[in-house]
Amino acid sequence: MTDVLIVVALLLVAGAATAAVLNRDPVRQALVLSFLGLALALLFTFLQAPDVALSQLAVGSAVTPLMILLTVRKVRRRPGDSTDKGRER
Amino acid sequence: MTARGRLWLFLVGAAAFAMVFVTACFSLPPFGSVHHPYGERAVRAALSHHTANVIASVNFDLRALDTLGEETILFAAVLGTVVLLRQTADEQRTRPEPAVVRPRVRWFALAMLPFAMLIGLYVIAHGQISPGGGFQGGVVTATALHLLYLAADYRALERVRPVPLYEIGDAAGEAAYVVTGLGALLAGSAFLANVLPLGTFATLSSGGTVILLNAAVGIEVTSGIVVLLARFLDQAVEIGHADDGNDHGNDGKERV
Repeated sequence: MTDVLIVVALLLVAGAATAAVLNRDPVRQALVLSFLGLALALLFTFLQAPDVALSQLAVGSAVTPLMILLTVRKVRRRPGDSTDKGRER
Repeated sequence: MTARGRLWLFLVGAAAFAMVFVTACFSLPPFGSVHHPYGERAVRAALSHHTANVIASVNFDLRALDTLGEETILFAAVLGTVVLLRQTADEQRTRPEPAVVRPRVRWFALAMLPFAMLIGLYVIAHGQISPGGGFQGGVVTATALHLLYLAADYRALERVRPVPLYEIGDAAGEAAYVVTGLGALLAGSAFLANVLPLGTFATLSSGGTVILLNAAVGIEVTSGIVVLLARFLDQAVEIGHADDGNDHGNDGKERV
């Protein structure tokens, strides 16, 4: 039973991580990263590492995406810098 | 170096890494095996020091020096952010407009705030007994405070969150860890050794210095994350270019 849960969580992590890499829009990336944090927290819980799962949940799915979103907002707030310019890279 | 040269260099490095990595993986003990030489010793050491959460015992007792290093990494990172994201001479601070929040978001955030805060403080306080501790609980507590930003707006958050106080907390938490370590030296033992009375197993007062070090990390992480997010929020919400709309070409490109 635990093995099944671990495999499901691993697949979720692999899927979310790939989606985070393939997404080019930072705002969507932040949301996918948040989901990746949740999937990793699940994986760590199934692997009986609740301490690491708690860290991952708090940092990976809350603080990091928030910092990315705030950074994107700061960059896009400058008038004259169209959002397309940022996406070119 | 040409693109071709870079690619070759990468391929050689990647091949060498893959070889060593695969070899190492074949020598690993099988997944989920019952024999854990380090785990057994760590559990025995944790129990002998009356610390129910073995991870806390490893972090704040057996490997307390490593945790000092990790705490210092966070401290230095927050310090670096404060320096990098300060208000420069060509930037000005504008008061953000009061934001309109949808009632449902407001009520949800306000209802979650006390629970999230309580869970964070609980996780810090019970670090020596149950999973979690100063770091995890600290991040939860600091994040919970920012639910107020979701519920109302940035001005409301600023009113209940005096950043200078949290800056002091950040430094005090870091200092308290070192001072606790030095206290062990004064008691005639090694730096960061567990010298306090160990208490009754699995109660809030068990674990000796683990409690103090855990609390120090809790204060440092809570304050550190609040200061970190405050600097990011300042940049995103308040601080703007002094001559917005005229000349920002070069600067803007550098930051994209």
